[in-house]
Amino acid sequence: MRHFKTDKPSGSTKNAIGSSFIHESAVKQVIGKAAYIDDRPEEVNSLHAYPVLSTISSGKILSIDTSDALQIEGVVAIYGTQDIPGKNDIGPVFSGDILLTDDVIEYHSQPILLVVATSYQTARIAARKVAIEYQETAAVIDIKEAIANKSWVRPPHALHRGDAQQAIKDATHQVSGELYVGGQEHFYLEGQVSIATPTEDGGMFIQSSSQHPSEVQHLVAKVLNQPFNYITVEMRRMGGAFGGKETQAAPWACLAALAAYYTGRSVKIRLARSDDFKSTGKRHPFYNTYQVGFDDNGLITGVDIDINGYCGYSPDLSDAIVDRALFHADNAYYYPNAHINGNRCKTNTVSNTAFRGFGGPQGMIMAEQLVDDIAYYLGKDPLEIRKLNLYAPGRDLTPYKQKVEQFILQDMIAQMEQESDYWARKAAIESFNKTSPIIKKGLSLTPVKFGISFTVQHLNQAGALVVIYSDGTVHVNHGGTEMGQGLNTKIAQIVAQTLSIDMQYILVNATRTDKVPNTSPTAASSGTDLNGMAALNAANTIKERLFEFAATHFDVKPDSLALVDNQLTHEKGQISFAELINLAYLNRISLSSTGFYATPEIYYDREKAEGHPFFYYAYGIALSEVEIDVLTGENTVTRVDILHDVGNSINPALDVGQIEGAFIQGMGWLTTEDLSWNDNGVLASNAPATYKIPAIGDTPAEFNVTLYDSKNPATTVFKSKAVGEPPFMLGISVWSALRNAVASITDYQFAPSLNTPATAECVLGAVQVAKDWLQDQKSEKQGTDKKGTGDA
Amino acid sequence: MVQFLLNNEMVKLQAFAPSLSILDWLRTNMGKVGSKEGCASGDCGACTVVVGDLINGEWHYKSINACLMLVGNLHGKHLLTVEALTTKMNPAVEDLHPVQRAMVECHGSQCGFCTPGFIMSLFALYMNFETYPGKEKVIQALGGNLCRCTGYQPILKAAEKCFSYQNQAAQNIAHKDHRFSKQVQALTISLEKDLALNKIPMIENTTSEREGQYFYLPQNLSQLCELKASHPKAQFVAGATDLSVEFSQRLSYNNQLISVRYCPELMQFNEDEQGLHIGAALPYSEFLDRFSEIYPESHELFERLGSLQIRNAGSLGGSIANASPIGDPAPLFIALNASLELQSIRGNRIMPLQDFFLDYRKTQLAQDEVIVAIHIPTRNPEFNLSCHKISKRIEDDISAVCLVLSYQLDGDKMQDVRCAMGGMAATPALAKNVAQALEGKTFSLENLQNAALQIQVDFQPLSDVRASSAYRLQVSRNLFDRIWYQGSGKIQLQQDSDLAIHSISAIHTRINHASL
Repeated sequence: MRHFKTDKPSGSTKNAIGSSFIHESAVKQVIGKAAYIDDRPEEVNSLHAYPVLSTISSGKILSIDTSDALQIEGVVAIYGTQDIPGKNDIGPVFSGDILLTDDVIEYHSQPILLVVATSYQTARIAARKVAIEYQETAAVIDIKEAIANKSWVRPPHALHRGDAQQAIKDATHQVSGELYVGGQEHFYLEGQVSIATPTEDGGMFIQSSSQHPSEVQHLVAKVLNQPFNYITVEMRRMGGAFGGKETQAAPWACLAALAAYYTGRSVKIRLARSDDFKSTGKRHPFYNTYQVGFDDNGLITGVDIDINGYCGYSPDLSDAIVDRALFHADNAYYYPNAHINGNRCKTNTVSNTAFRGFGGPQGMIMAEQLVDDIAYYLGKDPLEIRKLNLYAPGRDLTPYKQKVEQFILQDMIAQMEQESDYWARKAAIESFNKTSPIIKKGLSLTPVKFGISFTVQHLNQAGALVVIYSDGTVHVNHGGTEMGQGLNTKIAQIVAQTLSIDMQYILVNATRTDKVPNTSPTAASSGTDLNGMAALNAANTIKERLFEFAATHFDVKPDSLALVDNQLTHEKGQISFAELINLAYLNRISLSSTGFYATPEIYYDREKAEGHPFFYYAYGIALSEVEIDVLTGENTVTRVDILHDVGNSINPALDVGQIEGAFIQGMGWLTTEDLSWNDNGVLASNAPATYKIPAIGDTPAEFNVTLYDSKNPATTVFKSKAVGEPPFMLGISVWSALRNAVASITDYQFAPSLNTPATAECVLGAVQVAKDWLQDQKSEKQGTDKKGTGDA
Repeated sequence: MVQFLLNNEMVKLQAFAPSLSILDWLRTNMGKVGSKEGCASGDCGACTVVVGDLINGEWHYKSINACLMLVGNLHGKHLLTVEALTTKMNPAVEDLHPVQRAMVECHGSQCGFCTPGFIMSLFALYMNFETYPGKEKVIQALGGNLCRCTGYQPILKAAEKCFSYQNQAAQNIAHKDHRFSKQVQALTISLEKDLALNKIPMIENTTSEREGQYFYLPQNLSQLCELKASHPKAQFVAGATDLSVEFSQRLSYNNQLISVRYCPELMQFNEDEQGLHIGAALPYSEFLDRFSEIYPESHELFERLGSLQIRNAGSLGGSIANASPIGDPAPLFIALNASLELQSIRGNRIMPLQDFFLDYRKTQLAQDEVIVAIHIPTRNPEFNLSCHKISKRIEDDISAVCLVLSYQLDGDKMQDVRCAMGGMAATPALAKNVAQALEGKTFSLENLQNAALQIQVDFQPLSDVRASSAYRLQVSRNLFDRIWYQGSGKIQLQQDSDLAIHSISAIHTRINHASL
């Protein structure tokens, strides 16, 4: 029985959890009143700053001439490295990320100076008037050059179990392959923006569109050489983030703070879109290779995978990102023997960063390529190979030795096979392809098993502050940030459920470092898991105080007390929640509490490359049907069915919204979103005119999303599961289906490798490879036949 | 001075920078920050606003990108922003305008940054249709609005739902019957009066206090030509869909502008025995319906030309004068053997479009000349046309390759073959060897494929961000197969139904609505 309804919010406070409340900002957003940072009224006398960006990718600065820029009317000052009072290195984990450079240039559009002016336009114009002479050196753009030179931003790390090479050698069959996986620009609709305003204490008040206000606080403090308590960061909402504002928001906040520090005035920095494209990190492109050994049935016996991430010039978060790629190179499949190595390659490009999935997708796609290749090699259906190799009881140990304990993919796939008519559609497509010369259809079902938790253990903590005012209304702050995902709405639902009061009495708004300190980024899909649990703990603390007070005050048995529908009930009667609160206030009961949460059970031993890095896994499956045109490579997704596991959904409408949005974003990553750099390391696709994210017509004509009915066996908030990232990887089904369509040309005996993004050009290239393969087969056969004749 | 309505107030601007976009004016000067800047290049739609044209006392509303359209071109118009749709301070869901309410109820906003733009595109759709016009129209209306959060599914649902509120029927009629309020009606009357009075002074508009800056709004062709002759540095502006990108991206501001939008000779659309005459400044959306009736094969090209916001603002004259190497309309009009009418104080001349482009962004247009109109010869029944566009994305993308083939079918022989391509050279150009190879030949796969081999003789395309040289050559060659499948599909629909049906796939219904 399904308990998910996405249509209407429930009227009863008992059902705050599981109801589809609208996003807390929805009304404000549609009337244009939801304010983003650039919408805030500017202080009188406030200034605008803009960075001077390098025009080469690799080399040294020889000279800088700011005289022309300084002559422009409205230019107030130009700052450089020598003006930074504290540290110039703002690496979030490891050092190496430089705020401003005055010497070595390591990527195109690297910030060199900061121009401060009275208007945005003046600052931008002046920034381009700074004359800089460079000594240019050859830029490393090709990852194979970095691999050959063993040029890493962090040392390699590998997972290993058994003797993978021996197992592959001993297997009945072997297949190997390679894949270039493209990167991805976040294209948050609101670009990077920050305002710094000096405070009377000599500190700084920062408004930053950031997923990680605490880190912005810490880095501003380090750059200005001030203690953390003098820096306050506020973040009400972001206009999209997707990982692109986890570390990438900080430099602009630090630069705004630098200008505000010297001018004593409020300073805003907002990057123009193409500069945002060029000078902020993206999803890592990868170059991966694999070898696999398997038996006649397609059962995998050994796997050797080499994963290489294009990290750009600095570590940023690349260590954890490539780790996550390693942790997901198995996806949902059991590898009895495995060697999975990950390299963090240094290139002269902007430092690549977090993006929804955090390396997971670039690892996972290898598992899906490998099972598809096994299927085409053996002439079997790819879904059969997938089902055969799924983790199952007794076949449950990951390459990093965490035991898989939940096995729901089998049931999910069975449900999808039946409800989406997999086998009949597959037969229909195969017969269509036989008679259709130009249009070929493809179909693929791919699963997702995604590990939930930060792989950096200490980040798995959160705090919240619940405040009840004497009229019974509630204000909640927590360490998470709202970027559209509905975190504030879910937190409000959690508090509403805990206190049994209506949602209208609860306000969750801006995240502030002076309300909840030492927070983790809202990332790794963990927003609700961590902050929801912290808010729940805070609300429960107050609830316990209220019960203790009420038991004494009304002289009733504690176990007769209950909060129900905006009331406290007990054995002698009832009292409204608002009255209870007022009474508690008059009796001097504390009505505010912090709450804290730390995820249990998780650890990872890097030396041994084993541990339990994930609290649990989230699961999903997608079945995608596509069409390609073999003349042009143009392609379209005609139908998608998704069954996804969010555990016990806190808000089905918001969860479905995450799944749909993530799927389309994943589809875009693998099809139209084509980052292209020229040989000098300049990003050529640096604006929405040349970088194409999915548009409304790209939404599949038929798009069915269903929540799988199950509770999270792990002790998460109301038994829910994280939803932000896992469905992104359901987009891999589109890529796999495109390969399936191309494979129809060879009658499914061979599927050419399909690098991503699979643009029309890329698909046409694969079609050509398939046709050539077929031609070779024919001439080989003819050759053999002729020889046969000759011999006879 | 320019004068127009902003929501429900009258605005009279005495001085402003000629290059000022509506978006910058709204956000910086007016404190109306509901419209967002996502890209400042007309590619994301977050800044979408609705602009009304007053035609015979009636407002006609359309969506445009506020980041592109210049404030000077608002003269005499009604600008509507997201702030206008709901006037209550803290509205309940039921108080919202139907398009806003539907977006809320369908969970159509997540981060909300693109939302005001979607609301305004939906609002324009809502104003222009009585009932839900179907998914295809919705995709056309919203193809220029990017959303990175939702995957669009809830927005598609909202576009349907906004037409379905029963209890709002009366209110809807009031909305559509214009013009929001008696206040706006009264303002409209007063605006009309002022416009009538100001007719002559308009051309003397020097809009900025600063020396050397102007935004002229000439009222007829002779005024326009005189202005251009006396202001050689002045740039013409219509929809500013290219010009504003020069401002916002290259920061090369030209504050010496002459608007061509108030000159009736450039805003006409006529049909006579010579053929079609399209005013150079007429926005695409104003002539596409009629044009597509005559040339249904071109529907795909125009439907995929920019977004609806761009088609509502951009013009043929602007596209041709800018001489983009791709410029989707140019290959079509070259294939149609169109000619340009050019005017200056020195006189009038007619030039075949195919001769107009000299080199990368270089044309035959003299410094004092303006393109008045595009003339297209009358279509005869034997005329055949085939239009193809290849790009990374279907909606709102620039061609990697644009190919247009036209010919007269004389029996089964092709005559007067013209093949024009964009994206293959420094300018849109004729593929002369291809055309020659087809001239007088029968319409067969073999002949088409042979002719396609001449493409590499006609063109040596570049590799760039949109496609490699090799792909451009291969795909343009392969398009001749598609031309045959489509042409023969039509002819042989009965005999070879499998073939015909299979080329009418989902891809082609998406990328080629008209010709199949």
